[in-house]
Amino acid sequence: MAEAVAAISLPAPKGHAMPVAVVVAVIVVIWYGAAIPMNAVLADPRIAAAGGGFYNTLAISWSLDRPVIPVPHQIAVELWNSVFLVAPWKVKSLLYHLWVTLSSTLIGFGLGTLLGIALAIGIVHVRSLEKSLMPWIIASQTIPILAIAPMIIVVLGKTGLPDVLTKAVISTYLCFFPVTIGMVKGLRSPDRLALDLMRTYSANAAQALWKLRFPAAVPFLFASLKVAVAIALTGAIVAELPTGAVAGIGARLLQGSYYGQTLQIWAALFVAAFAAAALVWAVGVTERLNQRRMGGRP
Amino acid sequence: MSRAIGTSVAVLAVLLAASAVVMAGFAAVEPFKGGYWALSFIFLVLGWAIAWALGWVVDVLLARAGSPERVGNLLVPALFGIAVIVSWEIYVAGSQIPVVLLPSPSEIWAKLITSLPILGADFVQTIVRAVIPGWIIGCLAGFLVALLCDRVDFLRRGLLPLGNLVAALPIVGVAPILVMWFGFDWPSKAAMVVVMTFFPMLINALAGLAASGHMERDLMRSYGASWGQTLISLRLPAAMPFVFNALKINSTLALIGAIVAEFFGTPIVGMGFRMSTEVGRQGLDMVWAEIAVAALAGSAFYGLLVALERGVTFWHPSYRK
Repeated sequence: MAEAVAAISLPAPKGHAMPVAVVVAVIVVIWYGAAIPMNAVLADPRIAAAGGGFYNTLAISWSLDRPVIPVPHQIAVELWNSVFLVAPWKVKSLLYHLWVTLSSTLIGFGLGTLLGIALAIGIVHVRSLEKSLMPWIIASQTIPILAIAPMIIVVLGKTGLPDVLTKAVISTYLCFFPVTIGMVKGLRSPDRLALDLMRTYSANAAQALWKLRFPAAVPFLFASLKVAVAIALTGAIVAELPTGAVAGIGARLLQGSYYGQTLQIWAALFVAAFAAAALVWAVGVTERLNQRRMGGRP
Repeated sequence: MSRAIGTSVAVLAVLLAASAVVMAGFAAVEPFKGGYWALSFIFLVLGWAIAWALGWVVDVLLARAGSPERVGNLLVPALFGIAVIVSWEIYVAGSQIPVVLLPSPSEIWAKLITSLPILGADFVQTIVRAVIPGWIIGCLAGFLVALLCDRVDFLRRGLLPLGNLVAALPIVGVAPILVMWFGFDWPSKAAMVVVMTFFPMLINALAGLAASGHMERDLMRSYGASWGQTLISLRLPAAMPFVFNALKINSTLALIGAIVAEFFGTPIVGMGFRMSTEVGRQGLDMVWAEIAVAALAGSAFYGLLVALERGVTFWHPSYRK
């Protein structure tokens, strides 16, 4: 894609590091700048009390306790304080909340992946399953599951399931869809010739699945898994929002918004973002390791 | 054809009746009383068996009737859906599961009919005021930025990796901040929808703008077409499948964004507000009625987009006969 576009514009040296750095720098500068007018309501009286002036404006706008918008270094300090200066098993530690969220994310991701693969194998092998299930699998995703997550949490909570599993159910529901779609595509990706070869070997369906279809589907699986793990995390966070959940990133966001603790909200958001990036990265690394073991060339 | 439908409906009825008897029998037996889990499992297995049998029967009938594929593609899922609703009704009646856990479809329907004014007000607040304007603004902004990136390659190389990263982040978490900035009423929800729909459109539109082939572009160059002319007559049409993909993804995301933002503070109207308060008051029938409205609105919106896509990208290989 990059080549195609470069061909019609300029044969400029390609690369992302430099442009990304510039864009990020511009965003940070705009952020610091915007913080002054946005925080003005809170900061102005204090700036006036301190005698005004350029230095006071910056110093006070960028160091409010509960700013309308905190600036990046305030968030960094808050992150440092709540990640490294508190023991990870204390309620004040963000690592503790991250662990609560991650545990249900990973359970949901695992279950969703298994369910998705199982559905895909069924759909590829049984024609009536494809006809009866596929439209409903697609329809299932037009229902805004995240929006009804609170109800599902409450209802499942009444049946006595542990919290971590009820939240995992939401993640599972979100996860299975991309995996099913990707795997159906992947399991069908071997061409006629390869399938015919399996037939001439008189391989049965299970052998064809295991030795041909599944290996062929692995790249599709990993592409789906990257999407799935990201939405699993989103699902777990939203599942923590309602019902006054006491722990987890979502609960942290909710408490922050109840008590106007902006720094707490932003710190929780950044931790969630780092976690999402780390999860997607971990799937990517697994993909590369697996590729190498399967004999793929980089 | 009508014989095929008649037979499959008859088969459906017989299977459902059989499962009802089995269900009632299990509900009466002591070890299963109140044991929703065991029952649910049996129910699932039965439901699956029914769906399987149905699909098979309809397949055979359709093959024998020699009718077009399309009818089967509509008929099978429709029958499957009816089977799900009917078995749900039977299951609720048979297991006597409390209404605070799972109301039956008929109870939900009754609630939906009697509380249309409330549902209507919630619909206007959430869908008309927040989802639709937010969706339009977000998609438009994403598309315009994509066009800008297309002109300025430096921006494209800087924004695309960031856009891909942001698309993987749990963006719904921004909701409390937006509620703080834009207040409790619908503007904060619309803003949430804008934020959620922006990046998918940006990424897809950029991919779409790069989708036209070398040959076609070279042809446009040999015609001496300007950037604008190439855009209008070649690259925008080629980008449309990608744009519609984003529009469809965003239709679901928009609904989610608006409803989730309502969990963080709202006036006393709106679908998200209604759901979270009714869950607290154990009015699960009302919650399900809202879900039905949301699902219906979401599906209708999606269907509209699919129809529009068919009209705009009629040339795409996936629509060829």
